[in-house]
Amino acid sequence: MDETLLRSLTPGVLGILVRRGAEFAAAEDAVQDALVEALRVWPADPPRDPKGWLVTVAWRKFLDATRAEAARRRREEAVADEPVPDAVAVDDTLHLYFLCAHPSLTPSSAVALTLRAVGGLTTRQIAQAYLVPEATMAQRISRAKRTVSRVRFDQPGDVATVLRVLYLVFNEGYSGDVDLAAEAIRLTRQLAAVIDHPEVAGLLALMLLHHARRASRTAADGSLVPLAEQDRARWDTRLIAEGVEILQAALARDQLGEFQAQAAIAALHADAPTAAETDWVQIVEWYDELVRLTGSPVVRLNRAVAVGEADGARAGLAELAQLDPGLPRYPAVAAYLHERDGDLSRAAVLYAEAARQAPTLAERDHLVRQAARLNARG
Amino acid sequence: MAKYLLLKHYRGAPAPVNNVPMDQWTRDEFSAHVQYMRDFANRLEATGEFAGELALAPEGTWVRYDGEGRPPVTDGPFAETKDLIAGWMVIDVDSYDRALELAGELSAAPGADGKPIHEWLELRPLLTEPPTVGE
Repeated sequence: MDETLLRSLTPGVLGILVRRGAEFAAAEDAVQDALVEALRVWPADPPRDPKGWLVTVAWRKFLDATRAEAARRRREEAVADEPVPDAVAVDDTLHLYFLCAHPSLTPSSAVALTLRAVGGLTTRQIAQAYLVPEATMAQRISRAKRTVSRVRFDQPGDVATVLRVLYLVFNEGYSGDVDLAAEAIRLTRQLAAVIDHPEVAGLLALMLLHHARRASRTAADGSLVPLAEQDRARWDTRLIAEGVEILQAALARDQLGEFQAQAAIAALHADAPTAAETDWVQIVEWYDELVRLTGSPVVRLNRAVAVGEADGARAGLAELAQLDPGLPRYPAVAAYLHERDGDLSRAAVLYAEAARQAPTLAERDHLVRQAARLNARG
Repeated sequence: MAKYLLLKHYRGAPAPVNNVPMDQWTRDEFSAHVQYMRDFANRLEATGEFAGELALAPEGTWVRYDGEGRPPVTDGPFAETKDLIAGWMVIDVDSYDRALELAGELSAAPGADGKPIHEWLELRPLLTEPPTVGE
């Protein structure tokens, strides 16, 4: 039984049901029922056309659940007997991505609904991945379904909101038995297959380039390994090559967006044989593009680090002086640049302050170690 | 999507506005208080923002290692003035502002005379896993 195949078929099947006029929440329930049926029946009796089989069974489940009046049912069954054109199926999948990332949803609802409806994960798996009780996640998903049930399905969606949701899924990391990063890559690949958009390619490239470094980002004891100290032999060169190729094709189309720019920075890191040989000058140029595209103060902070590497710690500190000290991770960046500038006691104080503000356990521990290294007796 | 811990204190926080000890409330006042908390948790489950809660017994004991082969030291039997935690709730929300809003709502649980107790709650972000894109 190929569960990956089953899950990759889910959005298309759901999209077809919704397109045929099934209300979203009811359609989603029907597709889940059909998936359960497939898991039961397929091992002994695999269908010739898995997707057609799922559509037929899901539509029957939907009709069973909603048979209110005989006339309506006859009408719906007449529709069900019509063959499903393939060209429309592609479009249906795409619409489903837009629907699940609809701006009327909160980010966490959009993420949950995308994983459920497009990704085909179970509510339990999603709940485990996000470390909340299953009942809470079930409610989050059903509220999201109710919200988008009022959305007209024939309107084109906004690619940027879909990409933001997939980026959030990717960034959530690896808790529970579901690998959210791998799931985000799978969904972005699937999206890239149905839509020709340079930023979709940019996001996919960014994910592949970061995923390639995954094994080297943490030590055996779970502690963070900074980029400069990572064992580059453990980077996945196949993923890097794929990411770079996808990125180059996207950049060639000359419609730069923030994901392409971020991927370009990741590619320059991935391309350097050693940390010392990193092309920081080019990285600063890409940060300039990112600042232009986003105006984000966090991007400016990262840019200050890159300037510190390209032009020396003093130049980095000069950039930093123009930014708001209240920015997240400001003290960490300041500590790093002051250490590079030789002011060790100031750096130690700043590392300790950064540790108190760290949002993650691994980052906190890493910053405490940095402070301890500079403060160590003897 | 960030988790916050709401800590309820028996002691250690500033005195709340409506500061009448629970054992001096009427039964109805107490029931209304409990119902408010239950409704609050149920509503958060429905919005997908509930992550967990537990109530704790009032008295705890400080314990520490006292050297090889010796039993651990405790702070008893005499009572100490120490911070005590009554219970906790964990919420999973989209923003810090939403966390503040919910903490404010929980703090408004009814007490004596059916009026809000204005309880002080400590709001603490939970440390999480590092994001995948972070370099």
